[in-house]
Amino acid sequence: MTTLFQQIANGIVLGAVIGLIALGYTMVYGIIQLINFAHGEVFMVGAYGGLATYAYILPTQLRADWQIALPAVLLGGMVIAVITAVIMERFAYRPLRGGPRLAPLITALGVSVFLQELVRLFYPDAKAALPFPNLFVGGDLRIPVPGGGEVILTWIKVLLVIVAVLLAIGLQMYVNRSRMGRAMRATAQDADTAKLMGVNPDRVIVLTFILGAALAGVGGVLYGAYQNTINIDMGFQNGIFAFTAAVLGGIGSLRGAVIGAFCIGLIKTLGGQYLPGGTQYDYVWIFVVLILVLVFRPEGLFGEPERVRA
Amino acid sequence: MRNKLVKPAAIVAGALLLAACGTNKTETPAGGGGAQDCDQTKGTLVVGVVAPLSGSLSALGLGIKNSADLAVKQANEACTVKGYKLALQAEDDQANPQIGAQAATKLSSDPNIVAVIGTLNSSVAQNVQPVLADKNILQISPANTNPTLTRGEDFLNAPKRQFETYFRVCATDDLQGPFAANYLFNKAGKKSVAIITDGKTYGDGLAAEFRKQFESLGGTVVAQEKVGEKDTDFSGVIAKVAPSSPEAVYYGGEYPAAGPLSKQMADAGLNVPLFGGDGIFDDKFIELGGKEGDLATSVGAPTDTLDSAKAFVDAYAAGGYSEGYSAYGAFSYDATNAAIKSLATTLGDSGTWGEDQREKLLENVGKYSADGATGEVAFDEYGDSTNKLLTVYQVTGGKWNPAETGTFEK
Repeated sequence: MTTLFQQIANGIVLGAVIGLIALGYTMVYGIIQLINFAHGEVFMVGAYGGLATYAYILPTQLRADWQIALPAVLLGGMVIAVITAVIMERFAYRPLRGGPRLAPLITALGVSVFLQELVRLFYPDAKAALPFPNLFVGGDLRIPVPGGGEVILTWIKVLLVIVAVLLAIGLQMYVNRSRMGRAMRATAQDADTAKLMGVNPDRVIVLTFILGAALAGVGGVLYGAYQNTINIDMGFQNGIFAFTAAVLGGIGSLRGAVIGAFCIGLIKTLGGQYLPGGTQYDYVWIFVVLILVLVFRPEGLFGEPERVRA
Repeated sequence: MRNKLVKPAAIVAGALLLAACGTNKTETPAGGGGAQDCDQTKGTLVVGVVAPLSGSLSALGLGIKNSADLAVKQANEACTVKGYKLALQAEDDQANPQIGAQAATKLSSDPNIVAVIGTLNSSVAQNVQPVLADKNILQISPANTNPTLTRGEDFLNAPKRQFETYFRVCATDDLQGPFAANYLFNKAGKKSVAIITDGKTYGDGLAAEFRKQFESLGGTVVAQEKVGEKDTDFSGVIAKVAPSSPEAVYYGGEYPAAGPLSKQMADAGLNVPLFGGDGIFDDKFIELGGKEGDLATSVGAPTDTLDSAKAFVDAYAAGGYSEGYSAYGAFSYDATNAAIKSLATTLGDSGTWGEDQREKLLENVGKYSADGATGEVAFDEYGDSTNKLLTVYQVTGGKWNPAETGTFEK
C-alpha cells in the first residue's frame, strides 16, 4: 500500500514538472500552430539561468536564506528563459511566419540544437552535469497512509507541485478573463479577423512566448532544486515528455496539457512498478497509452470540441 | 509527420558535428618547438586518443587525454622514438558508441597513426575495436572493464581472443564485480542488496558478475531494476526497491546517474550505502549527491599511495593541466607509454614507419613488460592486463578514501 501511494506521489511530482513545460507547448501551438521543439531547451536554459543567478549574482551571505534565495533564483531563471524565448521568436520564427508550415518546425529543431550547444560551450563547466542548490527548507513531508507506513516527499517537491498547480490555474484565468487573454483567444480562433478588430498579432505572439518561457523557467529552477543536479540534456528529455503530454491532452488546450502531464507522470511511475518489465519499460507504457488514446480520440483527451484555445 | 522532421534534424545535427570536427587539427611536422636535441627528421607519428572529452563523462575522458598527452611529451623530450616526432590527436566520442566509431574511422584514415589510446566506455569500445582491427591499428584501453571485449561472450568457460589489435591495462569486471561482492558480504556484513543498472554494456556486465558472486556467498538480491542512462528522476525506481528493505544498493553504471541516485535514495528514506564500480569512482560523484558511506571499487591500487605513481602525479601537476588526472589518468599514462616504448622497440635505431610495421608493433606490445604508474604493466594472451589489483573506496569526510586493496582469486 505504501508503495502505491509513494509511486502516486512520485508521479504527481514528475507530472508537475512536465506540466509546466507542456503549457508552453500547447499555448504556442494554439496561437500559431507551431510545435516549438525548442521549448524543452528554454526549460533547460531557465535552470542554468537560475544557477547563474545563484552562483554569480546572489551574495554569499544571502544564499542560505531561502526566503531571499528562492525568489531571486526563480526570477533569474524566468528572466533568462523569457529573454531566450523572445530572441528565438524574433529571429527564428517571425521571419518564417507565413512560409510553409514545415519551415518553422525545422527551425525549431535547429534552435534546440543551437541552445544546447550554446550552453554546453559557454556556461562554465556545463560540459558535465552541474550540482544545483536545494534553495528551500530541507527535510521532508511524511504523510501516513492507511495500513501503516508513510509517503515521503521532500519539501521542495511539495513546493513544486503547489507552484505548478497555482501557475496553471493563474494562466487559465489570465487567458479567460484578461484583455490580453481575450486577444490571445481571438488570434487563436482567427488571426486575420482578430487583426481587423485591432489586435496586434505580433504582440500577442510575443506575449505567448513570454508566458510559456516564464513557466518553463520556473519549472527548470524547481526541477534543478529537487534533483540537485542539472545537465544540458534535461530539456530534451523532459521536452519530449511535455510534447507527449500536450498531444495526449489535446494540443492547444491548457487544461489538456496539465492533465496530460499528470497522466504521463503517473503512467511512468505506476507502469514501472506494476506492469511487466519493471522500470526498464516505463517509457514504453507512456507511448502505448499515447497511441491508444490517439487511435480512439485523435484530437487528444481535451481536443477540439471543448478546446479552450490559448 | 515526425518522420519528415527527423531527416532535416539529422542533417542539421550532422552539419554542426562536421563544423565541430573541423576545428580539430593534426600537428604537422614543424621545425620549431619540441625537444631540441632529438633527431626528428623522419616526420611525425600520431598517437590517437578516443575518449569522452565533452558530455557528462568528460571528467574521466579529459583525465585520459591529458595523461596520454603527458606521456607523449615526455617521449618527445627523451627522444624515445628515434627519428620521429610524436603528436597527440584526441577525438571526442561523447561516450556514444556511434560517435566513437566515427572518431576511430577518422583516426584510422591517417597512415601515420601508430596507436589509439581509449576508449573509456566498454560500449564505445565494442564499436571502435572492429574499425581499428580492420586496419591493424594498435588499441590500448586504459579503462574498458567489460570482460567480453578481450575474451568473448563465454569468457569464463571458453575464452577466445577477440581482436589481435586490442589490449587493456586495467582489471576486468569479472574480477571487479566479485571483489565488490566479497567486500560487501564479508567485510561490510551486508546480506541483502538491491541491484540497479543503467542497461549499458559496462553496467549490466558488472552487475551480473557482482550478483553471481554475492548469491554464491549466500547473500540475497531482493530486487533488480534498470534506469535510463539519461534519467535524473529516480523516485520511481527507489520507491520500487525500498519496500524490500535492502541493506545496500549495488549500482552498475556511472557517476552522472549514481550521484543523484544516492541522494534521492536518502531523500526517499532509503538510507543505505550505494555501491558501484570504477564508473562512479570520481569526485564528481560526491559533488552530484554521493553521500557518506557510499562505496566504489576501482581498478588498480590508489594512485597516490603507489611509489611507482609518484613520478606520474608530480609530472602531471607540473604539466599545468586544468583538469585532474581522474580515475584513469595513471592507466592512460601507462597505456600510452606501453604503445610508445613498443613502437621504439619496433623501429629500433633506424627503422622506418610503414604499414608493414604494424604486425611487429602488436607483437612487441604483447611482449611488453614494465613498471608503470599503476604497478606492473604487461598483457596476457588475450590482451588483458596481468595486473589484477583492485581497491574498494568509501566516501568519508566528503572524499573517496581507500578501504581495501587486493586481488580477487577465483
